Formats: sequence, structure tokens, C-alpha cells
Amino acid sequence: MSMLNWIDERFPLTKVWNEHLAEYYAPKNFNFWYFMGSLAMLVLVMQIATGVWLAMSYKPDAELAFGSVEYIMRDVDWGWLIRYLHSTGASAFFVVIYLHMFRGLMYGSYRKPRELLWIIGVIVYLVMMATAFMGYLLPWGQMSFWGAQVIVNLFSAVPVVGEELGVWIRGDYVISDVTLNRFFALHFLLPFILAALVFVHIVALHRVGSNNPDGIEIKKNKDENGIPKDGIPFHPYYSVKDIAGIAGFLFIFAAIVFYAPEMGGYFIEHPNFEPANPLKTPEHIAPVWYFTPFYAILRAVPSIAGSAFPGVIAMFASILVMFFMPWLDRSPVKSIRYKGGLYKVILWLFVIDFIVLGFLGTQPTTDLYKLMAQIGTGYYFAFFLLMPIYSKLDKTKPVPERVTK
Amino acid sequence: MKKLILAFLLAAVPALGMAAGGGVHLDDADVDVTDQESLQRGAKYFVNYCLGCHSAKFQRYNRTGKDLGLTEDEVKENLMFTTSNIGDTMTISMKPEDAEKWFGVIPPDLSVTARSRGVDWIYTYLRSFYVDESRPFGVNNLVFPDVGMPHVMWGLQGLQKAVYKEVDGRKVVEKLEIVEPGSMSAEEFDGAMRDLTAFMSYVGEPIQAKRRSMGKWVLLFLGVFFVLAYMLKKEYWKDIH
Repeated sequence: MSMLNWIDERFPLTKVWNEHLAEYYAPKNFNFWYFMGSLAMLVLVMQIATGVWLAMSYKPDAELAFGSVEYIMRDVDWGWLIRYLHSTGASAFFVVIYLHMFRGLMYGSYRKPRELLWIIGVIVYLVMMATAFMGYLLPWGQMSFWGAQVIVNLFSAVPVVGEELGVWIRGDYVISDVTLNRFFALHFLLPFILAALVFVHIVALHRVGSNNPDGIEIKKNKDENGIPKDGIPFHPYYSVKDIAGIAGFLFIFAAIVFYAPEMGGYFIEHPNFEPANPLKTPEHIAPVWYFTPFYAILRAVPSIAGSAFPGVIAMFASILVMFFMPWLDRSPVKSIRYKGGLYKVILWLFVIDFIVLGFLGTQPTTDLYKLMAQIGTGYYFAFFLLMPIYSKLDKTKPVPERVTK
Repeated sequence: MKKLILAFLLAAVPALGMAAGGGVHLDDADVDVTDQESLQRGAKYFVNYCLGCHSAKFQRYNRTGKDLGLTEDEVKENLMFTTSNIGDTMTISMKPEDAEKWFGVIPPDLSVTARSRGVDWIYTYLRSFYVDESRPFGVNNLVFPDVGMPHVMWGLQGLQKAVYKEVDGRKVVEKLEIVEPGSMSAEEFDGAMRDLTAFMSYVGEPIQAKRRSMGKWVLLFLGVFFVLAYMLKKEYWKDIH
């Protein structure tokens, strides 16, 4: 123990351990959805670890990049595994984050006092998207190149300064070696910023305490020692529970890595096995699946005077609107368990809407698809913007004093 | 409301069907990358018929030998024509500028073609050349119209001609028919092209067979780990109600 005392006099090790693990009281009624936060952290660590090892053999050079990925796949010992862990990890990251965000929507985890926790989370999501976008250029295949070209061109659609802005982002008039170099540098940097933001996210979480499927503040019911009656120490209860969750997640994850790393062209797109060719535009350019709902929104909005700017605004607005969630929801209850049928239907339709938009974003536009995407976009924004109205109209149920099973 | 959801979902169904189709019907390649003999035969066809013009510049000869169960001497004798260094990759000596002059296009590197095009595409493409006098090499291809590549395996397959039918007033190819037999029967040629496609699939991802066979051990470990982790959780949580 003297060793620990020696450290504690110089660094609050025991204090940090107790405050954040052994004496951090979490509601005892967490369900399946509460695995996602710890899984997201696991995936982030895995992405950083595999990414660093990939960077040891990857060459951010337009002439060499494609070949260096194949070198990793063939000549580097276990390089194929590291690469598949990384490429599958990128998609898995978005899967768990989308489930994590959906959990927030279901149980009202964005409501007072967790507004800032939610806002930090949305920032984490934005940085994650930027990281994924830049990482996708690195294999330097056809989809890498043309996907980046399309997305950076969005910035060029900004009136007046757009052209300059596009050149500033690319460092060139087209996606080129210069762009590849800077995207590599940023793709290496951003995950560490992401890790720092996740730390801030957790600090905010531990300040206000975790929400739970009942949407009840467990701090309102404390025993004589000041411990929430419905709370249990994170460690060992949730640490052992999360280990089981991690094992289950890794089982599915490994099944994909070892048996379907391309995931039918959704995790690694087939055209990306053709080296980037600036002179040959692919017939159909689609971003990776996790961006396609927003891409569908972009394409759904008609151009005005030949400028795609309105679509670009809609796309960014579709993400930025998430920041306002804490103030859009006017329901007297937090959790969907005590909300009425109206809210439940609207939320589940939103889930279907998001999936349909995601599908439409992968497809070439046809008249029918465009109409569907426009309806989908309308619903997407209505979900957020009409929330102050329908969340008040909704008939809620009484919320119990203590958490339920 | 449920009806509305159903209608929305049903609207997406024909779309999914459409997304799967597109262009010519592709035959099922049905390759087996764990069949070393098939891969060896495929490698032989590859170096004899493809490697003159197409490289596989990420694939090493010694790796090929190791994975296909061939000794270095066997590889040198049967597969290596352009280099004597067993550690080299499968490059070609044809200069890109010459290739462009002769074929109008630089023949693409074939290292990962099986992954970009898919094995069914390759298998069908290799068997879909037909006589077309309007083309520089006298042949065209159903899967890849106006392709710059000649029918290099005409000696094996023979020559096919297109049989047309009318659909909505347009002439479309109904099927291909052998007009001049080659050294192989149709079944033999299909088998040879299956071997070649299998080899290209292997070259596209040399680790794939090992990846799948390792997968079951990884999943077995994780399955056992999950059960133990779940039991541990149960044990800790038994006093929480």
C-alpha cells in the first residue's frame, strides 16, 4: 500500500479510480442499448491501434498509395488482418454510434441536465465523420478518389467563396497527391482529438450521472450515506457486464472480418479495387453506407439557378439540427416508456426514414427515388422541427418514483 | 399507420431487385480457392495466356508457389518466363506506350480484378468472345462491348458467333454458338476458365482461404469467452435486484 500512498500524494489515483469507477453510481436498470458507449470506446481504441500499425507501411503518395495497401494485404505479416480490422472497424464504429444516438433519442438522454453531454456527443460525431471521410481517400481507389471529389465539390457550391474554398481544402484544383498527403496527416491527427473529446464527453457524463431506460434521476432517491438507492457502482457491476457485451460484439465483428470483410461491397466498395484514375469517372459514385442518408438529403433538394448550394445547406442542416434536440423536446417525460403512442410512431417512422434515406443514397437517382428521397428529407426535418408541437400533444403516462426492471 | 409503414417498405422492394441486376446475365463462376490443383491449372493458363500483356504486379512468384503447393523449382520451370528471381512480382516486359499503340489501351493490371469486377464477371467475360469483323481483332465481347483485347484463347475455345433475336424491334444477342471448334470441348473450356478464374480470385486476395479457416478458431474462442464473461456477470449480479 505504501506504493499507492506514494502515488496518491503526487497524483490522485485512488480518487480518480473511486470517482469514475468504484464509486461512480450508475442506474441498475441499464439494458442492451447501454453497451454501445463502451463498445464505441473499444472501437476507437482499436481504430487508433490498427491505424498506427497501418501507417507504418502505408505510403501517402498518389503513385504509391494503392500499391502500399496491397503490400500491407500481401507482404506485411498479419497486415491483411490489421487492415480488415481497420476497414471493418470504421463501419462498426458508425453502427455502434448510430445505436448509441438512437438510445439517446429513445430514453431522452439529451434532456436537462444532460444538454451539454449531448452537444459534446454531436461534436464527437462530427469529428468522427470528418475522420472517416479523410480516411476513405487513403486507399486511393476509384471510389476513394471520386467520393472525395464529389464531397469536396460540395464546398465549391458555396456562393462567391466556394471555388477558393474547394482549392483551399484540396490544396489543388482537383483531388491530387497534395490532397492525399494532407488527408493522411489529418486522418492521423483527428482520432486523438476524438479521444480527447470522448474524455470530455465522459467527464460531462460523470458530472450529471447516467440516464436510464426509465428516464428517472436516480440522484433524487438517496440512502442515508448519500448513495442513490437505484445506483450500483460502475466497477465491478458494469465493468463485468461490459466485458460480456464486448465479447458478444467481438464475435459478430470477427465473423465479418474473417468471413465477409467486404460485406457485399458495403464496407469495402468493389470499385475501390481499381486504382484512382482522374480521367475515368465511374458510372455511379456513392459514398460509404454511413454517409448515404445525408447524401440522399443532399440530392433530394433541387438546385437553384444551377447551384447545388441549397442541397449542401440541407445536408449540413440535417446534422446541425441535432444540436437543438434538448430544447426541441417539450414532453414532460424523458423516456419512450412513458411517452404516448404518437411519439412512439413518429420515432419508429424516423428510424425507417433514416434507413430508407440510407438506401436511396447508395442508388443512382431515378424519378421515383428522387420523390422518395424528398419525402424522406421532409420527414427527417419534420421529426426535429415539429417536435416542440407533437411532444406536447403526446399523451404521456405517469413516471414511477423508482427505476423498474 | 402500420399500413403506411408497410407501403413504404414495399416501395423499396422492386428497387432492391433492380439494384441487383444491370447489364448482361453473368454465369456463376463457382470457384474453389482451397482446391490447389484447380489453382495450379489456373496459374498455368494465367502465365501462358494473360501474363504476356497483363501484369499481376502485387503478386509474388514465391508466394504463389507456397500457397499453391509448388516447390521453387516447379515455379521457376512452369510459371516464370519473364524473370529468374523467385521473390519478384508478376510483372511484364511490354511497355505501356507500346501497348497503347497496339491495343489502343493499356491492359490493366490483374492483381485485384477479381475483387473489383467479381469472379462471375471474369468467368463470363472469358467465355463471351464472338466474331465481329468490325472490330480490330475480329472479335467482340458480350460482357465488355468493344473491348480492346483479342480472343487470346481462341485456340482452346474455337470461335463463336452471335445468334440474334428481335426484342421490341431491336436486335439483341440471344446466345453464342461455336462455329469453328478449338482444341477443347465446351465443357473442358468452361472447366479451364473456372480454374483460371479461381486463380485470379486467389491472386486478388491470397490470404482468403487461410482467413476463412482461421475464422472458425477465432469465433470458437470468442464464443467460449462470451459464455465465461456472461457467467462472471451473472455471478457478480446475483445480489442486484
